[in-house]
Amino acid sequence: MSVLRPLDKLPVLNTATILLVGTEDALVQQLADSMLKEDCASELRVHLARSLPLPSDVNRPRIDLIVFVINLHSKYSLQNVERSLHHVDASFFLGKVCFLTTGAGRESHCSIHRNTVAMLAHTYRSPLLFCDLEVEEFRATMAQRLVRMLQICAGHVPGVSALNLLSLLKSSESPSPEDP
Amino acid sequence: MDSYDRSESTPEQSASSRLKNYLTGATPLQKRLESVKKQTSFVLTPPQRKILQCSQLQEDVDPQKVAFLLHKQWTLYSLTPLHKFSYTNLKEYSRLLSAFIAAEKQKGLAVEVGEDFNIRVIFSTLLGMKGTQRDPEAFLVQILSKSQSSENREGKVLWTGWFCCIFGDSLLETVSEDFTCLPLFLANGAESNTAIVGTWFQKTFDCYFSPLVISAFNLSWMAAMWTACKMDHYVATTEFLWSVPCSPQSLDISYAIHPEDAKALWDSVHKTPGEVTQEEVDLFMDCLYSHFHRHFKIHLSATRLVRVSTSVASAHTDGKIKILCHKYLTGVLAYLTELAIFQIE
Repeated sequence: MSVLRPLDKLPVLNTATILLVGTEDALVQQLADSMLKEDCASELRVHLARSLPLPSDVNRPRIDLIVFVINLHSKYSLQNVERSLHHVDASFFLGKVCFLTTGAGRESHCSIHRNTVAMLAHTYRSPLLFCDLEVEEFRATMAQRLVRMLQICAGHVPGVSALNLLSLLKSSESPSPEDP
Repeated sequence: MDSYDRSESTPEQSASSRLKNYLTGATPLQKRLESVKKQTSFVLTPPQRKILQCSQLQEDVDPQKVAFLLHKQWTLYSLTPLHKFSYTNLKEYSRLLSAFIAAEKQKGLAVEVGEDFNIRVIFSTLLGMKGTQRDPEAFLVQILSKSQSSENREGKVLWTGWFCCIFGDSLLETVSEDFTCLPLFLANGAESNTAIVGTWFQKTFDCYFSPLVISAFNLSWMAAMWTACKMDHYVATTEFLWSVPCSPQSLDISYAIHPEDAKALWDSVHKTPGEVTQEEVDLFMDCLYSHFHRHFKIHLSATRLVRVSTSVASAHTDGKIKILCHKYLTGVLAYLTELAIFQIE
């Protein structure tokens, strides 16, 4: 069983690679297209996968950021993400993993409660982002945000590391009563 | 604002207790802010733990009187609290509403209040349709067609609508005395009549109607809660309807189970007596999904649940409900009241 590790390959010069994992093929593809349209000093590579583990016979570069896409309208996407999380090494969760949730706008179509996803993100100590990927403007904004996060995780922004970013994002949330 | 006994406490104590009362929020507005803050705080507990209840007050209600509520398809709306509504003025409201309806139907002509038209409106209270003593009384509005003969016989019922509040404590405690809280409104009949009645209520009592939408998440909760109800005999099969979004037309998948099998499945999943938890609901639905997947290789969890139909009641995501069982009427309405309150807030 191949497990994704953050530091098992050497980085390629000026290249940042993001992996989008999710069952919502159309939305993930559109998000990838929006990201590639962004202006970025580093060279961007976007990999898409329906689920993990990834096939091991392909030669791929080191992955800098993994984004798990969950659609609140589909319990299947949540179960798929939960299964895929087992194939990610623990050291990835130091700022190089993020959860992206779509579909919160249409409450009537939601099969999953927001708290379920929030609990998942809290368990894995990773940031949770909400975005309606079907709307083009929101998708473009989210693509911009992800590109900036990717640059930081790839180490292309001097002075800020993935772990710094993670602690910055965490401190903006109110402290949870369950934290010891 | 609030009164407290000053006679025994010393000046220092009274000052500190006054400060404490100020901080804990005695006015309705402050209580409202508290409840809104509680809801938006970052709480990581599972969303709900429900208890199936059969209200004590419903035991006193004559089944014949509420029989007309069953076996009818009701369209659901959530309603904000009514301002200065009084149960003693029901006759007055009947007259005003019938004049309004007549005016709307014949726009442009002058209408006198009290003139005879071929429709009649009756306001009446529905006794026993409440969860606790605190809940306001439910009331019913009916539009009847007047019979042609000279004697005042009851005509045909054209439209029925009723307002109720079952276990609405979370809303009741944040609202001041002038308001009557009846957050759930159910209507049966022509849509045009619903619109006219809604407009009159909005103008007279400064409230707001909005259609109650039941999400797929809530429908799965209803499926689990209603399957858990103990029934002597089952009048209908348990049926689910899913909508698969695909082009050009969406596909509908219908899944029917024998109600006793569904109950057996629920009993094997159910652990805590008297309570329904999120995990049990998820497990119940997952069992159905995996059974379907094993036979048809379709992941129902990727589709949207649109309709749930059991022997207790059936509900559609557009906000339509039909209650079949008199015994669990209050239980069904209590959950719907909670959804309505949640939509208002």
